[in-house]
Formats: sequence, C-alpha cells, structure tokens
Amino acid sequence: MSLLSVRDLDVHYGDFQAIYGLTVTIDEGETLAIIGANGAGKSTLLKSIAGQVTPTAGSVTFADVDITRTPPHKRVPLGIALTPEGRRIFPSLTVEENLLVGAHVKRKGPWSLASVYEAFPLVADRRDRLGANLSGGEQQATAIGRALMSNPRLLLLDEVSLGLAPVVVEQIYAALPAITSTGTTVLVVEQDVNQSMKVASRVQCLLEGRTVLEGRPSDLHRDQIASAYFGI
Amino acid sequence: MQWINAIIQGILLGGLYALLAAGLSLMFGVMRIVNLAHGALAILAAYLGLVIVQATGISPFLALLAVVPIMAAVGYLLQWGVFNRALSMGGLSPLLAAFGLAVVVTQLLQLRFSADLQSLQVGSLSVASITITDQISIGVLPLITFVVGVVVILGLQIFLSRAPLGRAMRAASDDPQTVPLMGIDNRRVYALATAIALATVGIAGMFLGMRGNFNPTYGDAMLIFAFEAVIIGGLGSLWGTLAGGMVLGIAQTVGAQVNPSYGILIGNLVFLAILAFRPTGLMPKAVTT
Repeated sequence: MSLLSVRDLDVHYGDFQAIYGLTVTIDEGETLAIIGANGAGKSTLLKSIAGQVTPTAGSVTFADVDITRTPPHKRVPLGIALTPEGRRIFPSLTVEENLLVGAHVKRKGPWSLASVYEAFPLVADRRDRLGANLSGGEQQATAIGRALMSNPRLLLLDEVSLGLAPVVVEQIYAALPAITSTGTTVLVVEQDVNQSMKVASRVQCLLEGRTVLEGRPSDLHRDQIASAYFGI
Repeated sequence: MQWINAIIQGILLGGLYALLAAGLSLMFGVMRIVNLAHGALAILAAYLGLVIVQATGISPFLALLAVVPIMAAVGYLLQWGVFNRALSMGGLSPLLAAFGLAVVVTQLLQLRFSADLQSLQVGSLSVASITITDQISIGVLPLITFVVGVVVILGLQIFLSRAPLGRAMRAASDDPQTVPLMGIDNRRVYALATAIALATVGIAGMFLGMRGNFNPTYGDAMLIFAFEAVIIGGLGSLWGTLAGGMVLGIAQTVGAQVNPSYGILIGNLVFLAILAFRPTGLMPKAVTT
C-alpha cells in the first residue's frame, strides 16, 4: 500500500506545461529521490503534493485520501510537510520561533524543539538568532527542523544542497538517518545526483516533466543516469 | 510652568492617538492593509456605544463590554467578506475597499443619526481632575484614556511576541505564501487580526465619544491623526505608534500654547518634518522584509 500516489499528473503555468502525465508512488518508510536538471519539473511536483500548485489533470492521493484540490494548510494536518525551495525562513522571527510556527499543527510524534536541536546542532546554536541573520546552511537546517515540527508522515525536501558549501550539505544530510529511522517517509528533490544516490532507497529521474529513468541506486549505472539526466 | 503643563497634556492626548492608531498599525503590520475606514469605524463604535447607553442607561464604561466584542465580530466578518477578497485581487483593491467602506459607514451613520453633535455622558468624570500644582492639573478622563492606550499597546505587543497566534501573525506578515505550509490558514489569521484591530477601534471610539463631541464625519480627522501617529512612530512598530501618538499630541498642545489656532497646524508640520528627515519614523522595524 503506497503512502503517496501521484497519477498521470499534468501541471501548467499559463500556456507552459511543466509536467506531462507524471506518475510517482512512494511507500511508507521509503526515501525516494527525484533527480533531474533545471526545469525538469521537480519543484513543481513537490508543490503539487504540498498544494501550492493545482494540477490541470491527474490526481494526488495521500494515505487513501484524494487531496488533488485540498488547500496547502489542510494537507499539513494529514501529515505532509514541505521544506520549500529557497528555504523561506521567516526573517523577523527567531530560529526557535520559526520552529514553533512549524509546530502550529499539533500532530503527535517524535519531533519537538528538543529533538530537532539534537538532530541539528547547527540549529540549536542559533536558536535566539533572527531568521534574517542566518547563513544558507543554518537556514536550510532550520527549514528542515521547522517542517519536522509538524511530525509529518511524508517530508518533502526541495533542493537541500542548492547554494550550500559541500561540507554544509554533508552536515545536513547527516541528519537524514535520524529522520527516516522514525519511520518518516522522505521525498527529496536534488540536482546533486551523488548526494541523493547515497541517501535514497529509490531514484526517479525527470526530464522535461516526464520520468526517464527509475530504479534502486545499486541497480543504476552511472552512464545510464548521466544520459537520462541530460537527455542524451 | 504652562509649557510643562502643555507637554503633560500632550502626552495624555498622545495616549488617545496611540489608542486610535494601534489597530491601524496592526492591520498594516500584518496584512499591509491601509485601512482608510479606521476613523469611520471608530465613530461607528461611538454611536454603537451611544445606542447602548441610551437604551439601557448604563455607564459608557460598562457599554465598552458590549461594544468591544461587537466591533471584534464586525472586524472578523469584514475581513472574511471584504478584505480577504480584496487582498486576493491584489494591487490597490484593499485600499479602495477600505475607502469605499469609510464612505458607506459615514453615510449610513449620517442617515440614521443626522449630523448633530453627540457625546457619551460620563457625568462628573468629564470635568474631574487631579491638581498637581497651581498651574498643572491632570484630567482624570484623559489620564484613564492614556493608561488604557498604553495598556492596549503593551497587550498587543505581548500578544504578538508571545502568543502562538501572534507568532503566526508575524510569520504571515513576513511571508504569506509560506505560512500555509505550516498548516496555518492565512485567511483565518487575517480575520482574527482584523477582529483584534477593531476591538481596539471600539475602545478608541468609546473614549473619543466620552472625551468630546462627535458626529458621523468626525472620523476623517481622527483617521489623519492616527495615520500621523503611525508614520511618526515607524510603520509596523507598535512601540513606535505609542511614541508617535505622544509626539503628535505634544506637538499639538505645545502648538496650541503658542497660539490656540496653531495646535493642529504644528502637529501636521512635525509630521511633515518626520516624513522629510526621517521617513522610516522614530522606531522603524528592525527587520525589513
């Protein structure tokens, strides 16, 4: 039984079609990485799952509930949390306040201020600092912590590594096992193929809004991924 | 001595302006709505108080207990029915909606109550005063108004910085697109913000009515004073609004001390000077978003 099932999804931005009949399913406890170049439709897919974008065709089903047209704020109580592209930390709130806003929906689960601070020491050190005064890595860690505060069943991570130094990316990905070990299903979108191959149990590569390659990291050959990624 | 007296009276007057401006500041801070109907709604609250007082014979202070929740309910419905729609249309829609609302409220009050001057009677309290020295005495009602103004601003500030809902309001002010990802319904947060703003408008309108005469068009002048207090203090800062109210109040009373007809003029000049030399106001928000 899959936790999330996206079926034959079409998404348009005006006249431009970003996603063509895309199907993505993810089982509870799995970590799926969606990879692809710029403009492949990765972020659009996440936005359709979180409710920020309304698809023109197809359906999104979460835990047997059709949520295709559910507004974003009603998806959080169901157990979907998105760490958005660009992190979108609230700049005039402190780190701790950002986390507390994330806990607005009081779902039961393992995540609290204490456990987020434990998983992300980077965040704990900055708890009283304003969101506006964080480095990129601190923002990303806070954004993931903020999403976890709602104790999601499905965590959507958009472009975790974008614009961050490799050492910071390592630090942030180091917290992922702590997240998945609690049974949280993770859907990560990445341009950094190596990073996502390391953490994912399954990889799906998109090109121009369609799936071009799918499989377990161990089954996929490097050249296969390269040609799927670039469409050559 | 008379100058000190003028300053003290100015500070007290500033409390009224701050009380009047608090809701304006809150609505702008959270939703970027410039509520041009603010003054008209304060006068609506005063008439509401008048109707209640005349129907029941209770004191205007007791009538506050009814006026404040009624105004809060009006605010909630106004945000759901009018401003949330206007916000989703973007651009100047909220401003125009507020302007239209101001006209409608004023005209309906005119229709129902005529342009006659009215006031809320508080008996001997309206002239009661505390004598400090021969030349300085403090009116009890202005003092109560001042204290209420400070308490309202302080209360709002604590609410915004501590309460979960206040935190959600600040988050919505920072980034309304991201707030729904936290499971928060912007429209509901906005409706509650306007409800709180109009609750403070209810208090302000009642004190306006107790301190002097009012008629349906009186809201226009009050809107300008409230605006000036917000701008002098710095947009989006409640402490700034309190300071701005006092600066405006002092400017008016000291100006009136120079020449009784200069009061409002000097107040406006101080406001223009702030706009020219310190356009961010006295206490601008630390974080600009």
